[in-house]
Amino acid sequence: MRFMTFAKRNTKEIIRDPLNLMFGLAFPIVILLIFTAIQSNVSESIFMIETLSPGVAVFGLSFISLFSGLLVAKDRDNSFLMRLFASPLTASDYICGYTLPLIPMAIIQSIVCFIASIFLGLSVNVNLLIGLLVLIPTGLIFIGLGLLCGSLFNEKQVGGVCGALLTNICAWFSGAWFDISLIGGVYEKVAYLMPFSHAVDITRAAIIGDYNAIFPQIWWVIVYAVVINVVAIYVFNKKISGKNI
Amino acid sequence: MNAIKINNLSKSYKGKFAVKNINMEIKAGELFALLGMNGAGKTTTIKMLSCLTPPTSGDAYLLGDSILNNPQKVKEKINVSPQETAVARNLSVKENLELIARIYGSDKKTAKIKAEEMIMIFNLTEVAKAKTKTLSGGFQRRLSIAMSLISNPKILFLDEPTLGLDVIARRELWSVIKKLKTEMTIVLTTHYLEEVEALADRVGIMAKGELKAAGTVSELNLLAQVDKFEDAFIKLATDMEVNI
Repeated sequence: MRFMTFAKRNTKEIIRDPLNLMFGLAFPIVILLIFTAIQSNVSESIFMIETLSPGVAVFGLSFISLFSGLLVAKDRDNSFLMRLFASPLTASDYICGYTLPLIPMAIIQSIVCFIASIFLGLSVNVNLLIGLLVLIPTGLIFIGLGLLCGSLFNEKQVGGVCGALLTNICAWFSGAWFDISLIGGVYEKVAYLMPFSHAVDITRAAIIGDYNAIFPQIWWVIVYAVVINVVAIYVFNKKISGKNI
Repeated sequence: MNAIKINNLSKSYKGKFAVKNINMEIKAGELFALLGMNGAGKTTTIKMLSCLTPPTSGDAYLLGDSILNNPQKVKEKINVSPQETAVARNLSVKENLELIARIYGSDKKTAKIKAEEMIMIFNLTEVAKAKTKTLSGGFQRRLSIAMSLISNPKILFLDEPTLGLDVIARRELWSVIKKLKTEMTIVLTTHYLEEVEALADRVGIMAKGELKAAGTVSELNLLAQVDKFEDAFIKLATDMEVNI
């Protein structure tokens, strides 16, 4: 159970970084408050909490990539991983140690987002639990992307790729704040080739209880989650095989 | 008894040798210093011996286990203090020590006891509860070395352990290393000749990836036909090809 020791360390590293707490918990709540305030001042139904909350939940999860990517990259940068690579930890210990703590963090982040949304008018019912369930594969996508970026890039590059590029792609192509079909055309097609728009759609469907609409879009998210995590584990394993330390 | 036996160990990158055909034996309980200029191949040798980098050819046996065929067994018996400070930045000094103890198999209670011991030995009491990212470079370095000792390794690799330390911190660390000498086999790389003279039982001089000579300081002085070890090092590292 060496991975549990390593996982506990990783949990402490992440939750003790105030920037992680700010981006992971406070930032999505701020976004919810801002868009809700805008909605209260316009007559059109642009940012209704039932559509806004799932979008913010998915967007908030994109910061999980930043947390995990930075953690892996920092460990590589300061030789901490070299110390661990010389220890009896195995490849599976590393993978489990880096990824498992992020799953409860992703769930807690989504719960916080939904609780904040309840205060802003979101109905409390069993659909919220289904919403949390369908957010899990989305969380796995971002966890895998973080591990992949942390394995490939240094701390500064991870900040750019996960902190700026990925969060922007997620923000603009997920339909978190606006209906992608209003733009349509190539933009809509590109958006639906990526998993983020599907993730927002299925979470919205779950929240309003339209369970049939979860399928088949959830398969896009699940397949992306599996493929990204397989690639991330492969790349990470290549790195710890010793050729790139 | 040999703690380390190295057979024709080589490492090349894109056809260029970083380490070339090293053959060497290091006795159990010995402090062996690898000395050489930048790029001599010292760190690459340590990385291969500690299973961090696979050799291009050759093999090494650490207490009987091959780094190629049984790296997991090797890893259970060794520990490494990397050249750069290697600590978990958001963990306290005590948490860092307990983390490494637990990774090497100690239970929670034993890990706490071992951490306390290391805190005492390395004079880290005043910063035991501080996050390591808030510590000075000297404290971080001491912690990094304490982390490599907490697992009670049979073989310890210290890659330039006193790099960046002030004179007093360096002398303190020398005194700790001297105390450890009898308890484990230590392989140490360094640039500092006085460190070698103060600590090492035997010295290997590396240059351009090759082991040029190995022996005690006085044997190397004799081999180079000089009185001062500095002169011996310069002569052996730059001029002579010596069969060991």
